[in-house]
Amino acid sequence: MSEWGIGASLPRKEDHRFLHGRGNYVGDMRLSGMKELAFVRSPYAHARITAVHKPEGKEHLVFAAADLVGVKPMRAPSNLPGYKASDFPALAGERTRFVGETVVACIGDTRAEAEDLAQEVIVDYEELAPVVDMLEARKPESPLVHEQWGDNIALETFLDGDMTEAAEKAAITITREFRMARQAMVPMEARALIAEWDNRSDQLIVHHSTQVPHLIRNGLAEFLGLEQRQVRVIAPDVGGGFGLKTYVEPEELVACFLARKFGKPMKWIEDRREHLIADANCREHHYLITAYATDDGKILGFDAEVTVDAGAYSIYPFTNCLEAAMAGGNLPGPYDIPAYRARTFTMVSNKPPLVPYRGVARAGVCFATDMTIDAVARELGLEPHEVRIRNMVKPEQMPYTNVAKKSFESGDSPAAVRRAAGMIDVAAVRARQKAGEPDGRLIGLGFGSYTEQSAHGTSVFASWGVQMTPGFEQAGVKLTPDGGLEIRIGVQSHGQGMETTFCQVANTVLGIDPAKMTVIHGDTGQTPYSTGTYASRSMVMAGGATSRACRILAERMAKIGAHLLQCDEADVEIRDGKVIGPGGEVPMSEIGRVWYLNPEELPSDVEMGGVEAVEGYRPDPDHGTFSYSTHAAVIALDPDLGTVEVLDYVVVEDCGTMVNPMVVSGQCFGGAAQGIGTALFEESPYDDQGQPLASTFADYMMPGPTEIPNFRLEHMITPSPHTEHGIKGMGEGGTIPAPALIGNAINDALRATGAEINQTPISPRRIRAAIMAASNKEAAE
Amino acid sequence: MKPAKFELESSTDLGEAVTALGRTDGFAKIVAGGQSLVPMMNLRLAQQDSLIDIRALHDLKRVALDNGQLFVGALTTHAAIEDGKIPDATNGMMQHVAHQIAYRAVRNRGTIGGSVAHADPAGDWPTALLALGAVAVIRGSGGERTMPLADFQIGAFTVALEPEEVILGFSIPELSADARWGYYKVCRKPGEFADSIGALVIDPARSYARLVLGATDGKPLILSAATADKIASSGADEFDIPAARAAITEAGASFEEYETQIHGAALSRAVKGAFAA
Repeated sequence: MSEWGIGASLPRKEDHRFLHGRGNYVGDMRLSGMKELAFVRSPYAHARITAVHKPEGKEHLVFAAADLVGVKPMRAPSNLPGYKASDFPALAGERTRFVGETVVACIGDTRAEAEDLAQEVIVDYEELAPVVDMLEARKPESPLVHEQWGDNIALETFLDGDMTEAAEKAAITITREFRMARQAMVPMEARALIAEWDNRSDQLIVHHSTQVPHLIRNGLAEFLGLEQRQVRVIAPDVGGGFGLKTYVEPEELVACFLARKFGKPMKWIEDRREHLIADANCREHHYLITAYATDDGKILGFDAEVTVDAGAYSIYPFTNCLEAAMAGGNLPGPYDIPAYRARTFTMVSNKPPLVPYRGVARAGVCFATDMTIDAVARELGLEPHEVRIRNMVKPEQMPYTNVAKKSFESGDSPAAVRRAAGMIDVAAVRARQKAGEPDGRLIGLGFGSYTEQSAHGTSVFASWGVQMTPGFEQAGVKLTPDGGLEIRIGVQSHGQGMETTFCQVANTVLGIDPAKMTVIHGDTGQTPYSTGTYASRSMVMAGGATSRACRILAERMAKIGAHLLQCDEADVEIRDGKVIGPGGEVPMSEIGRVWYLNPEELPSDVEMGGVEAVEGYRPDPDHGTFSYSTHAAVIALDPDLGTVEVLDYVVVEDCGTMVNPMVVSGQCFGGAAQGIGTALFEESPYDDQGQPLASTFADYMMPGPTEIPNFRLEHMITPSPHTEHGIKGMGEGGTIPAPALIGNAINDALRATGAEINQTPISPRRIRAAIMAASNKEAAE
Repeated sequence: MKPAKFELESSTDLGEAVTALGRTDGFAKIVAGGQSLVPMMNLRLAQQDSLIDIRALHDLKRVALDNGQLFVGALTTHAAIEDGKIPDATNGMMQHVAHQIAYRAVRNRGTIGGSVAHADPAGDWPTALLALGAVAVIRGSGGERTMPLADFQIGAFTVALEPEEVILGFSIPELSADARWGYYKVCRKPGEFADSIGALVIDPARSYARLVLGATDGKPLILSAATADKIASSGADEFDIPAARAAITEAGASFEEYETQIHGAALSRAVKGAFAA
C-alpha cells in the first residue's frame, strides 16, 4: 500500500476550500442580468383550480400553467406490469394534488421582489376531498388522487411463497405492525439552480445542485422539447443530497423555460420552508409482518405486507415504485429464512412525492425485520443478538442466494454481531439493567443488522422497471504535459470526498502524487455519461472504471518509457509516478513532455490514443455488492418524560476493500446520525385535510451534536470477488439500522412496563402513550 | 423566505422612540435583538410597515443593584446575563436560566425585554421573572409606570403594553442567602423551544414562595400559594409527579394527558432541584 493509494486515510483534498468557506455553490453565483423566481403554491392538498388572477400591470412577470408553451408534464412510468402512470406538471393547471404544489411562477430582480409579486397573485380553488393516509387510501370508499385510475394503487406486487409448512412447525407466531413516518431529507443546501441560455453554444446551461447531472440533462431535454446537445448541466459544489437531488422537479422546468424565453439567467433557491412543505419526502412505509419461529428462535417463515405512501406523483427518473420493489426484495436481510412471502402496495396520496433517501427502503425494511427478530427473542426469553446469529446466513454458506433471490458473494454477518456484542458488553449492560439507575431511568440494549445491496447493475434496475437503467460506467484519464493527471467521471461528489478517493485509485495504478491530480465531475459537458451518484455506486462503478482507464494509460506509458530508457517494455514497471527500467527511470513529466511537446522522441509504433484513455466498467455479475453491518446501542429512557438518551453506540461493518478508511468511517458516522434522526426525531406530519404540520425547524426536529453519541467503530474487510480492487458500496449503510436498534433498545428498556412501540419517530409523546396504554391494559386486567 | 418591504428607523433617544411609535399609529414595532420578530417577518407571518431599532437607547441598558432591588435594563442580552456581566442578585438563578436559552448565537443578540414583550409561552424569562416576583418598568408618552409581571402578562403573545409604550427594564427583588430556587425545562434537545418549564423561588427572609408553570398554551401559571407555602415549609419530598399534576388541576388548568404529565414532571423536578444539595 502506498501512502497515498487505496487503503490510505488520505486527508480530503476538497476540505481546504470547504473549511475556509471557499466552496462555490449555486447560491454563491451571480450572473449578469440574473432574475430570481418565487412560486405561488397550492394551499390545499386536493383542489380544482378555477381561476388565476395576475396583478394588473405585472402580467408579463407572472406565469401560470397555460403560459408554459411547449413544456411537457413529467412522466416517469415503470415498466412493471399493472403499473399506473401519472403526469407531474411543471405548474398545476386544473388540479392540485398536494399542499405546496407549484401553481404560478413570479419573476423579480431579487427574491424578495419575486415574493412580493407572488403575494399579489390570487388563485381561486374549489376544494376536493384529500387522500391523506396510505391505509385509508386502499379502502374502496377513499377519494381518488387520479380519478381515471379507479383506485389509489400505483402498483401492486406479489412475491409468492408457501407458508404452510412454516405455520405448521412453528412453536410461536409473532404478528406486528410497523410504521415509518414520512420525513424530509434536509440537506444543508436545499435545492438550487440557475438556468441560462447561451446563444454561442445554442445551449441551455443549467448550474444545478444535483447528484445526477446526466440524468437531469435527459429529463430537461425530454420535458422542455430540446435536443440533448442543447442542454448542459453543471453541478458546482453541492451541499448534500441523500437522494433528494436525483430527480427533476417542477421548479427546474419553469426556470429553464423562462431563462430561454427572457434570455436572462433565472435563479431559484429553495428555501427551508419550501423544502419542508413542498419538496419530496421519504421513508413513509407500513409493514404488517407475521413471523413463524421454533422455540429456540429459528425463523421458519416470514409473511409480509408492505404499503408505501408514494405521494401524488411518480418522479423522474426513478419512479414511485422503487421503494416497494426494494422493500419486498430486501426484507429477509442477512437472514436465512426458508419461507418468504411478500405483497407490496405502492399507494398514491395528496402529499408530495416520495423519493429514495439514503438507505433507500432498507431503513424501513430493517425496522420491520429486526424489530420482529427482537419480538421473537422477547417472546421466547432469549438474547436478541443470539437469535440474530442463529438466523443469519453463515460464512460457510457463501456464495449464497437467498429466498428473495439476492446473491451474497462473501462475508460473515454472525461475526459482526459477535464483535458488536463484545464491544457493547452485553453482560455488563444486563447487570446494569438489573441494578437499576439512581435517577430512575430505564436502560435498554438494541441490535440492528443489515445487508446493503449497492452499485446495483443493469439487470437489477431493469427488474425494478426503471427506464433509466445504468449500464457500463466510464471514466476518462489524461496525463498533462507536466506529468499531472486529470480524472473525468460522470458521477458527482457532494460530500463523499471523491476529489480525493478517485486520486487514490489512480495513484494505486500509476503512482502519481494525488496533489498533482484533478478530479473533474458533475458536468455533462466535460465528463463521460453516467447515471450519477446514488445507490452507493460511485466508487464501485466509476472507481472501477478509473482503475481500468489508468491501466490502459500505464501500458502506453510503459511503452514510451521503455523507448526513452532504451530497454524492453517487459522490463519496466510503473511505480511512484515513474517508469522504472533495469538501468534507469523516467518521471511522468518526461512522458508528458515527449507526447505533447517533443513527439519526435516517441517510438515509431506508439499507440496513437496517446496519454489519454476512456474506459468502461461493470462488475460481472452485476447484481450489486453486499456490504453488511451490525450496530448496537445502549439507551437510557426517562419513563416520566418519555425521553431517550443514546449512551453508547457501536458499529461493526464490512464494505470489502476500503479506499480511504477515514472516509468510510465518516460515512458510517454521518449515516448513523441520520438514522438516529429517523429513529427519534424527524417527522413530517399531516392533519386529516393533508395540511403539513411541520413547516419550519421549530416543528421539524433534527438531531444535533448533543443528541449524537460518540460512535465506536470497527471495520472487517472481506474484499468482493466480483469488483475492481474488491470494493463494495457503503455510503448509505449507516442510516439503515438505527431506527431498528434504537427501537429495539427502547422496547428492551420498556419490557417491565409491558409497553412496546413500533412506529418512528419514537418521540416522548409516543413513549408516554405506550406506557399509558400498557398501564391501562394492566389495570383493566 | 424574504420579508416584505419595511422602513427601519434607528432611534438614539428614548423620547424620540416613544414619539415615533405614536406617529405610526401603532403600525410600527420595536426591534431590539430581533431573534423572534425577524424570523416571523422572513416567513411573512408578521408584516410590519416600519421597525424602530432601539439598540442605541442607553436608558434601556442600565443595570443596578440598590436597596435589595436589581434593575435589569430591557436591552440586556441573554449572553450578558449568562456571562455574569450583571450583579448576581438571584443566587445564580438568572445566570442558570440565561444559559439554557436557545443557542449562543441567539443569546448574543436576544434581549430580556424582547423576550418578555414577545410573551411566547415557551420563552424562559416570562416564567423565570414571574417566579422571581419581578416588576416591569414601562415608559410611555405619559411618563413612567410600573406593573408586576403577574398583571403585565395577559396571555400567549400578549402583554399589557400600550402601542406607545416601551419596556425600560425589570425590577427584581434580591434573594437572601437562605433563598432557594429551582428551574427545570423540558425540551426535545438543548436549545429547542420548551415543552414545559417549572420554576420555584422560595425566600424565607421575605416569607416569599412562588411556583410557576411555563410553556403552557397561555401565560405562565402561578400555582396556588398554599402549594408553594407547603413546599417552602415541608420540602420537596412529597411533591412528586402525581402531587404536581394535582396542583395543576387545583390551579384551574387542564391539559391533555401527555402535557399534564410533562408539566407535572417539570414542576416536581424544579422543586426537587431547589432542595437538592
